Amino acid sequence: MTELKVGRAGMLTSVQDLGRWGFQSSGVPVAGAMDLPALRLGNAMLGNPEGAAALEVTLLGPELEVCGAGAAVFAGADLGFSVNGRAVGSWRVVELKNGDVISFSGPKNGCRGNLCFAGGVDVPPVMNSRSTYMRAKIGGFEGRALKNGDVVKIGGPSPLWKKLDGFALPPELNPALPPDAPLSLMTGLQEDMFTEEGKAALFSSEYTITTDSDRMGCRLDGQKIEHGGKGGDIVSDAVPLGAVQVPSHGMPIVMLADRQTTGGYTKIGVLTPLSIEALVQKMPGAAVRFREASIDEGTAEQMKIAAAVRRVNELRCSYVSRPRAALTQAGATVSRLRLTVCGKQYDVTCEEMP
Amino acid sequence: MTALAIYIDEPKFLAAGESCVVVEFADEISREANDAVTALAKHMRLQKRVPLMECLPTYRSLAIYFDPTKTAREAVIQEARSAPAFSADCGTYGTEIEIPVCYGGEYGPDIANVAEHAGIAEEEVVLRHSAKPCHCYMIGFLPGFAYLGGMDESIATPRLANPRTVIKGGSVGIAGKQTGIYPIDSPGGWQLIGRTPLRLFTPEAARPTLIEAGYEVRFVSVSEDEYKKIEAEVAAGVYRPVIKEADTL
Repeated sequence: MTELKVGRAGMLTSVQDLGRWGFQSSGVPVAGAMDLPALRLGNAMLGNPEGAAALEVTLLGPELEVCGAGAAVFAGADLGFSVNGRAVGSWRVVELKNGDVISFSGPKNGCRGNLCFAGGVDVPPVMNSRSTYMRAKIGGFEGRALKNGDVVKIGGPSPLWKKLDGFALPPELNPALPPDAPLSLMTGLQEDMFTEEGKAALFSSEYTITTDSDRMGCRLDGQKIEHGGKGGDIVSDAVPLGAVQVPSHGMPIVMLADRQTTGGYTKIGVLTPLSIEALVQKMPGAAVRFREASIDEGTAEQMKIAAAVRRVNELRCSYVSRPRAALTQAGATVSRLRLTVCGKQYDVTCEEMP
Repeated sequence: MTALAIYIDEPKFLAAGESCVVVEFADEISREANDAVTALAKHMRLQKRVPLMECLPTYRSLAIYFDPTKTAREAVIQEARSAPAFSADCGTYGTEIEIPVCYGGEYGPDIANVAEHAGIAEEEVVLRHSAKPCHCYMIGFLPGFAYLGGMDESIATPRLANPRTVIKGGSVGIAGKQTGIYPIDSPGGWQLIGRTPLRLFTPEAARPTLIEAGYEVRFVSVSEDEYKKIEAEVAAGVYRPVIKEADTL
């Protein structure tokens, strides 16, 4: 079984998947990867199930020694993903051999990404999920961020994983927004508890990400978003991912992966999925702007992400089945078959894996 | 079986992004609205027509999470509208759970504060706190934390001026008119009057929380000996909590 020995844990490295769904009514936060579209694409590149767990890496990445063999891809911002000191970068599958050392040379753009392994990170699921919810010490690796000296297991990879080396994501399939794009806000929820001036301030001015931001929420500073006569408190209700919560002080807080399930502050709307992805890649001090968006735009973004994941799965299948001259020359056994399935003919090349 | 009050007002269907619809029955805390939420949650969870991610009931609204690439928003709204939430009986409503509590002493160090504030004896605090069941309006804030309403208001007591940094899981407290149980060790400022040996939150269990939204919670006073006996049974995994479904009430 492949394992990773954690030499240096990095700034904040934790096991995350698509999140712990189904238990919010028990007060259990969803958690999961901050950059969900990147996790889904990374898993597709490796032939993993979409919800396989990865290591979420924040700014300064870990140093990991590979025990066994495998394949990995870094899905997300360019944090300088390297193997044995050789830069691999983001969105390219690299084959890992026993003794290889994974490291990160430092952020070149963005804040975080998912270090995905063929087979996924294998920690015991808790409430149907492998994501770490650190505040309540639930799930992931012992409910916490990785520490120096931890040993993390990798699950069984999909067949043909050895042929994934070098598979790169075509840039046009990465649905990420340009870094300077305004954040799309689908207004709703307690929108009617804000004044017109308050809403106008949100959409016409610039906000700065404060240093108080974390996996739970992203606090912004800027022009006050004014409430109407009922103020900024409500009877507690649900807090969806990307909800823009505005307490009485008038400064927006975007609720992220580790958000609480319910909250008592007014929410002016919810960010679209790609805007959430763009926001979680921004550093404290960065400026953001908002634009008003429709629910249909959010749905269209979800469709676009799902389509990109489907396309990457297709491309991966054709990548692993490409003829490989190098293998043939190395003396691998190759046989060719003609199969007829449902009246259609297929030429199939079989190679014995070295 | 208690019949639900007929809910007259048309609920609001609020847009909460592309993956969530919030069905809001009221903008204040009311038992009628909460019963409608409970009934709608039950309907949405049992129905098989529309695939959902999950439903999250709160005081006065139900958040319905779905995958918009698999489920159309209109289908979610249509299914919610077809629910008998506003006039029919609901099985969860009326479910009563007994929570054994050892009051006072080291288990409830603030019971004297509560007694003094109410101008009554500590024994009377116990009687009033366990006299009638409290309604669980929602679960939130912490895993398994139940928001309970309906406590005898004569024992309402303000929060501690200096919150404790660690409160043991199972502690039963009062904060103003609210009463509740800390499900896990946590900081907090509630006046602690007792502790239950039951585990409110068990991450590895199929149903991780003992109390669910819509339950009636009845506190039952137990001696320290009984507390320790139940605690041992809980630790051994043989304790069966006393839960009466609506039909048998």
